[in-house]
Amino acid sequence: MQPFSIVTGVAAALPAANVDTDVIMPKQFLKGVDRSGLDRGVFHDQRFDNAGAVRPDFVLNRDPWCNAKFLVVGPNFGCGSSREHAVWGLGQLGIRVLIGTSFAGIFFDNCARNGVLGITLDEASTRRISELATDPATCQLTVDLPGQRVLLADGSVVSFEIEPGRKQALVLGLDAVGATLQDRAAITSFEHSYLVENPWLA
Amino acid sequence: MTVNPADRYFDLRQRNPGGAPAHPARHRLQGGFTLARARTLYDKLVDSHTVRRLDDEGRQLLLYVDRTVLNEYTSPQAFTGLREAGRLVWRPGAALGTVDHVNPTAARRTAAMPDDGAARQAAYFAENCRDFGIELFDVLHPMQGIEHVVMPEMGLVLPGMVIAAGDSHTTTYGAFGALGFGIGTSDIEHYLATQTLTYGRLKTMRVTVHGDLGPGVRAKDIVMALIRTIGASGATGYAIEFAGAGISALGVEGRMTICNMAVECGARGAIMAPDDKVFAYIAGRPRAPEGDLWDRAVAQWRMLASDPEAVFDREVTLQADMIEPMVTWGTSPDQAAPIGASVPDPANESDPERRRDMERALSYMDLRPGTPLSDIVIQRAFIGSCTNARIEDLRDAAAVVRGRHVAAGVQAMVVPGSSSVRRQAESEGLDRIFLEAGFEWRQSGCSMCLAMNDDMLSPGERCASSTNRNFEGRQGASGRTHLMSPAMVAAAAVDGRLTDARRYMGAL
Repeated sequence: MQPFSIVTGVAAALPAANVDTDVIMPKQFLKGVDRSGLDRGVFHDQRFDNAGAVRPDFVLNRDPWCNAKFLVVGPNFGCGSSREHAVWGLGQLGIRVLIGTSFAGIFFDNCARNGVLGITLDEASTRRISELATDPATCQLTVDLPGQRVLLADGSVVSFEIEPGRKQALVLGLDAVGATLQDRAAITSFEHSYLVENPWLA
Repeated sequence: MTVNPADRYFDLRQRNPGGAPAHPARHRLQGGFTLARARTLYDKLVDSHTVRRLDDEGRQLLLYVDRTVLNEYTSPQAFTGLREAGRLVWRPGAALGTVDHVNPTAARRTAAMPDDGAARQAAYFAENCRDFGIELFDVLHPMQGIEHVVMPEMGLVLPGMVIAAGDSHTTTYGAFGALGFGIGTSDIEHYLATQTLTYGRLKTMRVTVHGDLGPGVRAKDIVMALIRTIGASGATGYAIEFAGAGISALGVEGRMTICNMAVECGARGAIMAPDDKVFAYIAGRPRAPEGDLWDRAVAQWRMLASDPEAVFDREVTLQADMIEPMVTWGTSPDQAAPIGASVPDPANESDPERRRDMERALSYMDLRPGTPLSDIVIQRAFIGSCTNARIEDLRDAAAVVRGRHVAAGVQAMVVPGSSSVRRQAESEGLDRIFLEAGFEWRQSGCSMCLAMNDDMLSPGERCASSTNRNFEGRQGASGRTHLMSPAMVAAAAVDGRLTDARRYMGAL
């Protein structure tokens, strides 16, 4: 996983509520057995019309937001299906950070497992960043994960909370499975006791 | 590790109300923490599966997971990860594979897949299950079906379990007093390699359903009313425990419908304390415990309930007798209303962002404010999905269509939740009822719930659907979905428009 420290770039605002993973990654892009080619699928029906032509009015098709590294999103972003393809696609499109008031649980975990930072902020801060992101002159920002802060174009700084384990995994780009397997003995011991106590599960 | 004596007393007291010998809560003590307070059922399930805490507060845990079920579309990259790292599956016997998302549901079953991508996924899935020693119900297997229908019918979902799987509707298993939740592909890989997940403890919400449902009102209507009440993110960050007479009165399959759809209001777990109905439902199923083990299991399962003094982070109550058959009018499951209502007017919404979302939804759905919901004409009717394609659902829908016929201009289909459900329905003659009424009687799979196979809406088509998501494009690009109970879908198919199914049930 790509380590995450300080990232500077363009933020795009997508303020709609309840943007689901069917919209983020439509079903026709779910037929692979690997992770490739999903950048084309992200927000496909909003980026492209039925004939496959670029929809010029969609924010991620417009300069400078076509190079966005940050999305400022509406509440409950990523709801619905567990499909991790949604996060793989966002990553392949170059998105490193999502900022919003709330995220769906599975999606939020999927982000963390793939080096995409989800930042949860209060409504006022999110709205302010969203407003700055809609103006090409102020849409540039910096996310400092070690310092847990967002530096905005108007000179202000917004701090954010992140669960320490999640932060460490992102900063170090940890292999989560490898890290857990260091607890192999504890898992084995737990499992043994557990199955003795619940023999119908053995 | 030290143990708080007060907690130990409390724990033993709760687990042994009859004064029987103490059952050692060893694994919990190994976890190194229990708080001296009454606990919710959710807390008990998490505590009993905690291998160790990952932070000082016990918010982040290494959680032991009893079991998973795998499908062909969210698992391939997890297996590739194992292969690339040279890792094995920790406990292959604790996983089951079933092909459900991409397979066709045409009446005559073959191994053929609808497209090259689906064929590749099915083939790689078979290869992975074979190489890693995991049991597979492939598309020709007599027990093939939708994962969340197959697991309970096999007796693989037992009270007290933690089950995580690569599908958001894993919450279904809460109906058995098991904590089920969806995970992404990276976490599938983590589970397969370690039998654990790194897990963040959720807040708890109790949803108490008082009273009895009126005639012709179903479990689906309860959960749709809940989602409408608290919103599509109303339970984000929470595990819900459902309680109350309105839940106890339901059969196990109705309870599954409720836990299944709890994810549509953001819940990452939805549980109900198991009771005799649950034990009876499990008893005798192919993989259920037997004999002495069964008796011991049931004795322990009876203890699975929240302590009377347990405090929930949020309490919500619903009055069952006030709930009417529900339908969605928008593109989010919380955009729903009783069938007797009309399409709402965004102009009456004070919050500008919500107003914009409503306007966008009505534009996509091609609906005008003020239109009675019962005036909405459909072209398709779909009975299927892990939410509502079990035998009780099919019986309910068949009772509505018996002796009636699908309206002209409507294509209606029934996709049983599993091959076993299909056989059961045929043994009861339900297939004849549906066929004579003009429904297609198909093979099992996820089908047009998410349209990953060749079952899908054409652009602009409007569908009455017993499924769980009315998202834009969910059932096919530019297709329009109205969610409702199977009986309501059946009635809509007969009328050619959304309608109150109680008219066909002698309940109005």
